[in-house]
Amino acid sequence: MKEIKVALIGTPNVGKSSLYNILTNNHVHTGNWAGKTVEFTKGECVRNKTKFIFYDLPGTYSIISKSKEEVVATDFIVQEDFDVAVVVCDATSLEKGITLVLQVQEIVKKVVLCVNLIDEARKKGISINSDLLSNNLGIGVAVTSARDNVGLDLLLEKIENAQEQNYLDINYGILNKYIKMIENNIDYEGNKKWLSLRVLENNKHYRDMFKDNIKLEKNLEEKIREELNNVDISLEIVIKIKKEVKDKLKGVVIRNNNNFNKERKIDKILTSKIWGIPIMLFMLFVLFYITIIGANYPSDILFNFFQSLEDNIINGLNFFHIPAVISDLLVNGVYKTLYWVISVMMPPMLIFFPLFSFLEDLGVLPRIAFNMDKAFSKCNACGKQALTMCMGIGCNAVGVTGARIIDSKRERIIAILTNVFMPCNGKFPTIIAIITMFMVGIKNMYGSLICALILTGFIFLGIVVTFLISYILSKTILKGEASSFTLELPPYRVPKILETIIDSVKNKAIFVLIRAIKVAIFAGFIIWIVANVNIKGLSIMEHLINFLNPIGLILGLDGVMILALILGFPANEIVVPVMLMGYLKTSTLTNFSNLEALKNILVINGWTIKTAICFIILMLFHYPCSTTMLTIKKETGSLYYTLVAFILPLLVGIILCLIINILL
Amino acid sequence: MTITLDKIKKDEQVLIERVMGKEDIKRRFLDLGFIPGEVTKCVLISPFKDPKAYLINNNIIAIRDVDARNIEVLYERD
Repeated sequence: MKEIKVALIGTPNVGKSSLYNILTNNHVHTGNWAGKTVEFTKGECVRNKTKFIFYDLPGTYSIISKSKEEVVATDFIVQEDFDVAVVVCDATSLEKGITLVLQVQEIVKKVVLCVNLIDEARKKGISINSDLLSNNLGIGVAVTSARDNVGLDLLLEKIENAQEQNYLDINYGILNKYIKMIENNIDYEGNKKWLSLRVLENNKHYRDMFKDNIKLEKNLEEKIREELNNVDISLEIVIKIKKEVKDKLKGVVIRNNNNFNKERKIDKILTSKIWGIPIMLFMLFVLFYITIIGANYPSDILFNFFQSLEDNIINGLNFFHIPAVISDLLVNGVYKTLYWVISVMMPPMLIFFPLFSFLEDLGVLPRIAFNMDKAFSKCNACGKQALTMCMGIGCNAVGVTGARIIDSKRERIIAILTNVFMPCNGKFPTIIAIITMFMVGIKNMYGSLICALILTGFIFLGIVVTFLISYILSKTILKGEASSFTLELPPYRVPKILETIIDSVKNKAIFVLIRAIKVAIFAGFIIWIVANVNIKGLSIMEHLINFLNPIGLILGLDGVMILALILGFPANEIVVPVMLMGYLKTSTLTNFSNLEALKNILVINGWTIKTAICFIILMLFHYPCSTTMLTIKKETGSLYYTLVAFILPLLVGIILCLIINILL
Repeated sequence: MTITLDKIKKDEQVLIERVMGKEDIKRRFLDLGFIPGEVTKCVLISPFKDPKAYLINNNIIAIRDVDARNIEVLYERD
């Protein structure tokens, strides 16, 4: 079978990931903000006996970029072996896309242009003469609307028929003479002119990458620099490309009306001085409220279902003459922990993730970053941190990876170290249960409503702490000025409801759930051992509780709660069941679907509203879960920052608990 | 009269004259389309007045005042 390797490249937020998804059926999650694809993914599709292998590269504004995720795209284009580069661009703003096309044509011989989002362009009264554009550029052009599956066959056809062209030869005016001079001192099998331009503008990244190819003598370079002393070289290059873009686009785009008004109106409200911040908090509140009321019953149903299977499993194991100890370990240890985690986590996740994706696809998140940026800039941090915080509410590990959208390393590490202050999905069920029992009252008619309000309040506290710690970090171990900040506010896009649900369940909810299941199996094993192995008449668990009790008391808690938080390191979801084991001196996890009974157990063991507050605080502010820690190690590449990420939130939690104990 | 981008009035079109600043930020501005000769205008102001968002090439880009100071512009009516 014929194989064509295709690199998908495009400016951020042009629907490139949607296109990739539909072409390859390999769902990457798409969102509506710049910089969603932070590492490239690979997928394939087969059409008429031709196999297309697609590489989905992160969005980039130009091939000469600086941010960590943009380098992935440009390095791929420059170094990797592929057959055709497809440049995806936004039909509503072709100029930006064509700039990238020309830059790619300078280093790639087979290029195809995909003009995506044509549906949006039509709505805005923009039409595009694709034949003329194809003629002007000398490459195949396919007009598509990826999310409606329009034009994709044509795109594949254009890719298959792409012809090898000469590298694009742009007239760089006064620079031409110097480009020639450098070209003669370069040994490179790609486009020498392109590399000469990078040398001319003194691009450190490429000079390092091709240091063996560049044989330019020092005095020649000095002579060139001297002669060009008064010329702004990078500006000169950009202006010449821009001129070329304007030529190529002459007569291509026809605008019937320049109608941006409706979007402007929505933006005016969402970012208004009075309503901007309250609307954001209100959205967060609604998100929680729907999650809380929606998840209640399904959780109970799942729990009872899994519990009813317990006896059958034991009987089954007996049938195979499995020793009692092993079957107890498997059922009361592993199986119980497993179904606990599934019943507590799955319903809220299945509701939360689609709702959150909806906001994401709509384009609301960049507006949140826009509204909050001032506060981040006061902390010498980056406004895009607001985006990573939003992702952290879903899962901290995702938030930490998402921090790659932040250019400056210093600001990126601040975002990573503070991400855990946004409580993840795994913490919600526990916090919600405690709020309901001790602050709202179980029988309260407006229970869910007040609960969602209080939860929003705790998230607000998390936001405040994030700012505070970001500020402190930027004055101490991560000293520095705020770097430049530019953020694209993309047009609003009404998401396809069904696709959004399927996509978020398939890619996010299932992903997080599978991870939790893996952890739960392991944790169930450990918990069973801790609770069932006796030393000197007491279980390991009781020894640990006695040992931890003094520490707990200082914080307004007790040894059981501390042990629960420690054993919860693999996953925050198992904190409550471990706690109940400790209190009831049972050797297996205990059901807490009945809140009334649970509250009784806690009250008997000395819980008051103060205990509840302290526990929630410590639940919110302690070390990240094991998966997040591994992600932090990977993203920062530093053991030091990983340690800081562990200690810092714990310290915050301990200090807050101590303060509460002194005050109350 | 030349002023810097952060000082312009909302919804009034201006012509970009010069892009200054360190290599990194200048590069980013040029990539985004803030090139001498192009027109832009301020379309949104965030709740705390900074950053502001500008329309350039049919895209809306948010920029902090401290960075926008690197772009010199001219009111078109002048």
